Amino acid sequence: MSEQSTSRRGTGFLTEPFRLGVTPSATVGPYLSIGLTWDDGPYAVAEGTPGAIWLRGRVFDGAGALVPDGMIETWQADPDGRFPHPDDPRGAVTRPGFRGLGRSHTVPSGEYAILTLKPGRVPDGEGGLQAPHVDVSVFARGLLDRVVTRIYFADEAEANAEDPVLTALPDDASRRTLIARPSEDGYVLDIHLQGEDETVFFAV
Amino acid sequence: MLPRYLREPEGRRTPVGFPGYRSTGLRAPLRTPVDLPHRLTEITGPVLGEDRVQPTDADLTLRMGGEAQGQRIIVYGRVLDSDGRPVPHALVEVWQANAAGRYRHVVDNWPAPLDPHFDGLGRVVTDSLGRYEFTTVKPGAYPWGNHPNAWRPAHIHFSLFGQAFTQRLVTQMYFPDDPLFGQDPIFQSIPATARHRAISRFDLERTQPNWALAYEWDIVLRGRDQTPFETDDDGDVA
Ligand SMILES: [Fe+3]
Repeated sequence: MSEQSTSRRGTGFLTEPFRLGVTPSATVGPYLSIGLTWDDGPYAVAEGTPGAIWLRGRVFDGAGALVPDGMIETWQADPDGRFPHPDDPRGAVTRPGFRGLGRSHTVPSGEYAILTLKPGRVPDGEGGLQAPHVDVSVFARGLLDRVVTRIYFADEAEANAEDPVLTALPDDASRRTLIARPSEDGYVLDIHLQGEDETVFFAV
Repeated sequence: MLPRYLREPEGRRTPVGFPGYRSTGLRAPLRTPVDLPHRLTEITGPVLGEDRVQPTDADLTLRMGGEAQGQRIIVYGRVLDSDGRPVPHALVEVWQANAAGRYRHVVDNWPAPLDPHFDGLGRVVTDSLGRYEFTTVKPGAYPWGNHPNAWRPAHIHFSLFGQAFTQRLVTQMYFPDDPLFGQDPIFQSIPATARHRAISRFDLERTQPNWALAYEWDIVLRGRDQTPFETDDDGDVA
């Protein structure tokens, strides 16, 4: 190590950037619907929007029981793979009528449902493209922090095969937990918080 | 170069599962989460603001044509990131029990009174300096079935989006010196070094004479990594 760092030891110099401690997370508890209900929560786009799809699925606990008091939130690019955000280096692009965010309670059936548009491919930052995907946060009583996963699409096999997140997973069984199947009105993917089929969750 | 959001070290974050909190047993995932490098989807997030909020949403004491029962309090503070920068124009959603410790919710039916003029829901948007403030009543403690004679310390639930998917936070604000902290596994699940960050500060100066007590609570979201680095040796940066 450099002489400088040695000579600074014990001199009171701050050698790391100053930072505030982050507020610790807590569970949403059983009464989340009081604070987190929006009439338009499940609608990332309005009903009747051309090309709109329903993302649906059930949330299961480790005993295989449905989780009837949770909430999922989805965040995704628009069909062109763009985000309405200043940190998108291609410029913030807002698609009228498209919120990017979906919020659905699993009350009381254990099922979530989000009406949205299928996302486009998004740059991976290394010259390639990610497969179309949706970032998902799961909140529930019994989870002291949100857990994060992704939804991919089964009919994007070619894009999925070169997606940096999917290809970094150890095996097909793990990948399968993230890939939604086409359904009558969109796509379906169940989320397993625990158990043999435990969904792959991500540390972000 | 895209920003990367710093993760609080494990020893200072609330774990997703905690043995003393029974509901985590079948719900908290058991496998180690896979590291997700921050790319565009993670460093962006929804822009939500004034259109989700009515001016009356900041005052929880005036609902359904009357005034809530209980100790009137002002809860205020700033939303910052860990670099100390204010997070302006951010949606803050809160929910809480009434002064008797009862939620207006079908699942909550312990024998404490409901308040016809309290629904327990508040929403505010931070100003250009990241400040928020709302008026409410101090929530009561309430019993729950986690262990014999279990009581939750008084708390207000908070939900914040921040400016990126990585900054999303749902948490609970506590009140100083609550005698119920020691037996509450949800409070105890927070690592000891971080617990003080979940507790508000009584603020005599902001108290409104003849009207309301005041509590200050700053909320800190994850900040950005400021150090420039190369992408060759790790795929951590998009
Ligand atoms: Fe609560």
